[in-house]
Formats: sequence, structure tokens, C-alpha cells
Amino acid sequence: MTKPKGLDSLEPVAGNGLLHRRLFLTGSAAVLGATIMTAKAAPPEVPAWMKTPGMPMRAYGERSPHEAGVQRLVNAQPSTTGSGGSRTPIEALEGIITPSSLHFERHHSGVPDIDPAQHQVLIHGLVERPLIFSMEALARYPLVSRIQFLECSGNSGGNNNAEAPQQTAGGIHGLVSCSDWTGVPLGILLEEAGVKPEGRWLLAEGADSAAMSRSVPMAKAMDDAILAIHQNGERLRPEQGYPVRLFLPGYEGNMNVKWLRRIKVTAEPTMTKDETSKYSDLQTNGRSLLFTFPMEVKSVITSPSGTQKMRGPGLYQISGLAWSGFGRIRRVDVSADGGKTWAQAALEGPALPKALTRFRMPWRWDGSPSVLQSRAIDETGAVQPTRAALMAARGAQFRYHYNAVQSWSVAAAGDVSNVYA
Amino acid sequence: MRKWIATLAVCGVAGVAYAQEGPGLGVPATPEQVAGWDISIGPDGAGLPPGSGTAAAGKVVYDAKCVACHGVDGAGRPNDVLVGGQGTLRDAAPIRTIGSYWPYATTVFDYVRRAMPYVTPHSLTPGETYALTAYLLALNKVIGDNDVMNAETLPKVEMPNRASFDSAYREPRRR
Repeated sequence: MTKPKGLDSLEPVAGNGLLHRRLFLTGSAAVLGATIMTAKAAPPEVPAWMKTPGMPMRAYGERSPHEAGVQRLVNAQPSTTGSGGSRTPIEALEGIITPSSLHFERHHSGVPDIDPAQHQVLIHGLVERPLIFSMEALARYPLVSRIQFLECSGNSGGNNNAEAPQQTAGGIHGLVSCSDWTGVPLGILLEEAGVKPEGRWLLAEGADSAAMSRSVPMAKAMDDAILAIHQNGERLRPEQGYPVRLFLPGYEGNMNVKWLRRIKVTAEPTMTKDETSKYSDLQTNGRSLLFTFPMEVKSVITSPSGTQKMRGPGLYQISGLAWSGFGRIRRVDVSADGGKTWAQAALEGPALPKALTRFRMPWRWDGSPSVLQSRAIDETGAVQPTRAALMAARGAQFRYHYNAVQSWSVAAAGDVSNVYA
Repeated sequence: MRKWIATLAVCGVAGVAYAQEGPGLGVPATPEQVAGWDISIGPDGAGLPPGSGTAAAGKVVYDAKCVACHGVDGAGRPNDVLVGGQGTLRDAAPIRTIGSYWPYATTVFDYVRRAMPYVTPHSLTPGETYALTAYLLALNKVIGDNDVMNAETLPKVEMPNRASFDSAYREPRRR
């Protein structure tokens, strides 16, 4: 290596063809791309859609019919239609905002059809003044907006199976989405009700027919919890809790109670079904951890990713998502040689706290079998673990909070598949 | 707004004061309204209604309204298995049931009352709910076949896996 690796260099910055993260910001990539583009130049033509006026305006937009194949992966529990989940096709999306129509779902008894004129939220329990809030009242409170992710703690759990599941990135990791959430800081409402000193927890309960309920620490409620009423500008989608949901930035999805109807301030956790029998973490010694709330640092390459096919050697942009329930993403490293060597990826900024963060990395694939990985580091210094390290620490029986490095194998023919590496 | 100063003083003691003021649009809830909304049961049994039930009565309810989803005698399929699994929690494929895993008996009552039967929640009487709870606990050999479950006895039931839970949550230091 005689000259320094820099923006003007097409020399790899790590093994198997990883190039400098800022390559695409300079003119250097054009040189590389020119050979590919010339073959595609077509003679001038006037396509059909230039010869007739287009469609009229419409009051509520729809995506192009050519994009209709981008769908959530729906998986309902046996003998039900509304219980189960659907996953965001993260491999088909770019940027960091998940379209509301593609936000992942997890329901316990379907999506209720709630009349906002009749819906109310009760705050009671260990408070000076039990209060009832109508939706009209809530909408008059000071609002805050934040771009933040929501992730089910069961996300990526398929990767703790003995055999690597052969699915898309969304099929494995699609229980995460990111929206611009707008709502009322819960602390304002709790102040008005007057929380008694012994009120260290609260119970949040939904108005679905499972009356889904979870206990939440008062410190979180007073920190950054909101009662969300808008998602990506419009009112919440029914699947996301219309007309109001609890939103707890960085905390496991199940706690973000949808269709919120009641908050009861309590001294201790209520020990609901979901926080004891379901979302608790059984360890190798047979003991279980309750209340493992934050979602740990994680990343996944979405392009190229599982079941996709690369079209021959050449210059590609690796693109992916990173996030942490503890704050901002500080850095993402990418490897093209199964973790032997790493190079720093470019982060699309600003990297927001507790939000999906897009990372990108140029890669010149030489057509040889390769293993792509990404490794995120958050602002607390937490490093995303390897799968081997995570499995060694937690054993085979754990179910939630899987956050290990994802490995995608690229075969010589271009087929991308999930591997444990 | 009207009680802002008093509220601040109270929360100052708790150390969780919130910085922003609201417009005070909440309507005071009467004790009767709160009683009508509050369906949660604490692990100490707070909130359990009057009434009682036994396993024998619970089996009648179960066979009519639960068996289609949870199988004969709670064996499971198509949905959650409710019985057995004791001794499997260290296995690679542990079976987490009411008997093998759940730490509190009160949670069974709470969950059945709020969410079951799946297609007709909030349709059971308190007595039917106590009876179903007794049946599921008796199937798991947690209580005797003739034990009566009510607001007094249910919170005292000792679940086999109760001592195996630890809280991972640490409250931040108060300012």
C-alpha cells in the first residue's frame, strides 16, 4: 500500500472489495459505473404515457400499481384472523421512515374499530385526582414529534433456530419500523392527575378485545413517554392504535400499548400475562428475567439481503439499518469477508436517538463467494454481538431480544442467503 | 392548571416532576366510573371481585368454551398449552405453561377475565372465572381438586416457579 486510502482511491479499505464509505459522494464512482451504463443507452423514443394526459388528482394518494408487490408478511395465529403479526418488508424500503401502511403489526385479538368520539383515557390509581380525557381534549395538549423506531422484542428470533431461516430481511428482522410519532407527553397528564409519592409504576391497558396490558416504570413515563395520536403526519392507523397509543421510545414493542384506554398508577408492577408468561427472558440456569425493557443495539444489511440475487460482478452500494433503544447510533462497520476485516460505513445524518439510522457502503464485488456483515455501535459504546457470542451467553432457549450480527452469504451465482458465520 | 402548584409539590417529593404545564382538560372521574373501568388484578389480589369457584365447575365451563382452542384438559392446540412442562425450563425447547412457568395465580384470573374466551371476552361471570382458574390450577397440580378459589384464597396460591424470577429493571437514581 503506497498511497493513503482516501476519497479518490478505488483501492479497497477492507477485505474483499469494500471501498471508502464516501466514494459515492465523489466523482470516483462514475468512472467505475461508466462501463455498466453505456450498454444500457437506448435510442430516443416517446413512451405511451407521454402521448396522453395523465390521471386526475385524487383526494387520498396511492402508490404506483407497479409497487403493489411490496407487502407486509402476514402471519396469523391458528384459528384466528386478527391475532399474530405482520412484518415490514425492510429489504424493499429505503431511508428511515416506514410507510404507515407497511408498519409491522402485532395484535392479540385483532384491530378494534374505535369511534374517537366515544373513546376516552382514564388516569387513576395512586393519584390525587383521577381524570378522564376525551380525544378532543388530548388533541388540545402541547404536542411533541419525534422520529423513533418501534421493535417487537421477538424480532429476529428466527435466527436462534439451529438452522438459519431462509427468508428475506423483512421475514427475519421485519418486526421493526420507524415513524414520525406525534403526541402528548405523558408526564403532563400525570402531573395534572397528581402522582402520589408511592406511585412508582403504572399499568397501561388497551381497548382491544384482549385488553392488552403492561406495567411501565414511572421514571420512563416521566422521561420521554408520549400518548401518540399522529403517525407520519396523519392520525394513527387502526393497526397502530387509533385513536391513541402509548409510545415508549426504545422500549420493547409490546409495552407500547395500542388503543390506550386506561392508565393506573401503582406502587408495584401488576404482573400481567404478557410481562410474566410471555415477554420474560428464560435463561440457561432456569431462572427468568422480568422487565428487560430497552431494545439493544442492532443492525442489518437490507441490500443485498436474503433471497435477493446480485446481477454479476461490479460496483454495488451496500445499504442497511441500525438502531438502539439506548440512544444514537455512533458507528456501523461492514465486512465483506465474514468478519475478518471491517470498514466504517457512512451514516445518513442526522443519526437520531432511538431511531432507525441508514448506513451505506460501496462494494466492488469480484464475483467470488462472500459473506456480508454489519456491526453497529451505539452512543453508550455498546457493540452488537456476534451470533456465536450471543448464543453462548444466552443459550438456545431464549426467545426475545435477539440482536446478533446478521450474515448474508453471496454465492458466485449472485444468490444471497442467510448463514450463521 | 388550577392545581399546578400543589401537583408540583407532590411530585417533587417523588422526584419525578415533569417540566411542562398542560391545559387541564381532564374531567374528574368518580369512584363509580373508576370501578367500572378498572379490571386489573394485582399480584396481591387487589381488585378481585366477590364470588368463588371450584375445579369441577371450571371443567364444565372449559369443556364448553375453551377446549376448541386449548385442547382437552389444557393439552394445547391449536393455541397455547396450559398444562405440564414442569422440569423443562432448562431444556433447549422449554414448555412454558401456567404450571411450569407463570409466577402468579392472580394473573390467570386477570387474563381470563380480560381476554377469554377469545371470541366472547367479558362474557364470563366472576364465579365462572374463579372456577376456570381453579380448574387450570388443579390440572397443573398447583391446588387440590376440591380447593375453592376466591378473593381470599387465590392470592395465597404458591406458584411452583414463583421464586425463579428476577427483575432486570433498575430505577434511575432520584435527583
